[in-house]
Amino acid sequence: MELISNLALGLGVALTFQNILYCFFGVLLGTLIGVLPGIGPVPTIAMLLPITYALPPVSALIMLAGIYYGAQYGGSTTAILVNLPGESSSVVTCIDGYQMARRGKAGKALSIAAIGSFIAGTFATLMVAAFAPPLAEVALKFGPAEYFSLMVLGLIAAVVLASGSLIKAIGMILLGLMLGIIGTDVNSGLQRYTFGLPELSDGIGFVVIAMGLFAFAEIIINLEHRGHREVFTDKVSGLLIKWKEFKEALPAILRGTGIGCCLGILPGGGALLSAFAAYTIEKKIAKDPSQFGKGDIRGVAAPESANNSGSQASFIPLLTLGIPPNAVMALMVGAMTIHSIQPGPQVMTSNPQLFWGLIASMWIGNLMLVILNLPMIGIWVKLLQVPYRLLYPGILTFCCIGTYSLQNNVFDIYLSVLFGVLGWIFVKLECEPAPLLLGFILGPLMEENLRRALLLSRGDPSVFLTRPLSATLLVIATILLIIVALPMVRKKRAEAFQEQEEPA
Amino acid sequence: MALIRHPKDFWAGVLFIVLGGGACIIALDYSFGTAGRMGPGYFPRALGLLLAGLGAILVIRSFKLVGEKISFPTFIPLAIVLLSVFVFGISVNTLGLVVSTILLVLIASVASHEYRWKESIIAALALAVFVVIAFRYGLKLQLPTWPTFLGS
Repeated sequence: MELISNLALGLGVALTFQNILYCFFGVLLGTLIGVLPGIGPVPTIAMLLPITYALPPVSALIMLAGIYYGAQYGGSTTAILVNLPGESSSVVTCIDGYQMARRGKAGKALSIAAIGSFIAGTFATLMVAAFAPPLAEVALKFGPAEYFSLMVLGLIAAVVLASGSLIKAIGMILLGLMLGIIGTDVNSGLQRYTFGLPELSDGIGFVVIAMGLFAFAEIIINLEHRGHREVFTDKVSGLLIKWKEFKEALPAILRGTGIGCCLGILPGGGALLSAFAAYTIEKKIAKDPSQFGKGDIRGVAAPESANNSGSQASFIPLLTLGIPPNAVMALMVGAMTIHSIQPGPQVMTSNPQLFWGLIASMWIGNLMLVILNLPMIGIWVKLLQVPYRLLYPGILTFCCIGTYSLQNNVFDIYLSVLFGVLGWIFVKLECEPAPLLLGFILGPLMEENLRRALLLSRGDPSVFLTRPLSATLLVIATILLIIVALPMVRKKRAEAFQEQEEPA
Repeated sequence: MALIRHPKDFWAGVLFIVLGGGACIIALDYSFGTAGRMGPGYFPRALGLLLAGLGAILVIRSFKLVGEKISFPTFIPLAIVLLSVFVFGISVNTLGLVVSTILLVLIASVASHEYRWKESIIAALALAVFVVIAFRYGLKLQLPTWPTFLGS
């Protein structure tokens, strides 16, 4: 079996002492920061990115992936104990998780979240390993026209599946694409939108944008709401789950895993959508749905499994097509570029160690989440008690140092201040910053493929519609847009996201 | 302002029009080329027009749809947080990591409604020590630790 030999190769890479260590530190740091309320995975990864600059590429990516799972799981801990989602995908976990905590079952909620995540992670790892190679093979046959259409589809799908106003989301993508243009044009050598600043000739760093739009803007908004937090700290005991409870939760875990695996591949899918869908389905098929919202163990197990398998499945489009399906994966693209790896179908063949090592480390990372988090829950709880007024100056410090060390340049810090202002404006106007980051990462690729496609067709734009694969992709994108624009669906979509936002 | 019934959409539209239109105008200096031989101005101009178009839709829609007002509870966090980052930027190369970290924390702390000055001094010192150990010695990042005019 090729799959097994590939996984063996991957395990060989991931199980070296050095990489286990980096995976461990990644998961640990990710959880550490993910636990802090109000800091999602995007700023977490952006903030910790400088740590990985000096590492070899494989170790760096393994560590970043570990940070991602850690941040995800840390977010769930916060959701259960504080009723504040550490990141958006644990919004749903808040509903039943917090109720469990209020009834003194916080330990059980945390355990089932960890166990569910592990089971989900195991399945998702196998799925990534099984599906990535055939998909990559298809992708290798893509010409520039197909790539352009695929990116259009990816970006459209990303906004369709996300919450909020469609027009604003598309506008944010366009804005991201335009920001991606800044710098030296590869074809003509012309400086575009650099305003005579030499620092801009290489373009804007994605970390700068992520820091400003996500980290700074989030901190500012958090400070504007002078809320008080209620933390359940003294009741975290009894981590052990009874066999009966496990049996009750297992079907929910498996269903959640499946949902996450399917939805995670979709652009814009990933963790948030998976968790939400899993919770809704669980509630629909339960014999006694009245228990949901009052601390049902299935209401924690399903979304937690789904968000973990979803976040892992979202590596598939990144690794096979080179197209990030969500903001976190967009950061991973940036991280790969820093290590001069161009993500895409060729990574698997040109760099199998990296490809399979990363996949194998996903499973190891998940295992570490379980063995690390359950015994250390006490420490995370302590961390939750640190007041926000002490936390955010520290976060700001790490952000500044991280931005500076990108190019040992203070210009990037000033630029991140500018994006902080922009991010704050976006929050006020309810414009989602995630599509902007996606557009920014894809911008240069998209322009390049558009140019090439039209160069090959001698300026005939019909090339996008006459090549069957490209046409199919564009038709799907159009159908998606039309469906979402239909008034009926629009209402349903608004309701669906409403229900999810209510309990937060 | 009764004309604008959806202020969030209205201002988002204005923002899109300004940025999209601005990008288009700047791109007029870049050669447009033809579809077959695209100049550097082609893609930005297309994007800018699209963005401005979406902005126009948002603005027009905002006269019909009804939406909440934009809430500005306080501008203090915005000003203080970004000021502290800016100060870190201007000071780090000359005053070094230790001093700029302390400045950053001292300034940023003021933004919280639970500000306590004694606490923030302790936090600033502790963080400066941690940052030097973790980033300067642990990760060996290239940052000046102490003020450069003191010579080191």
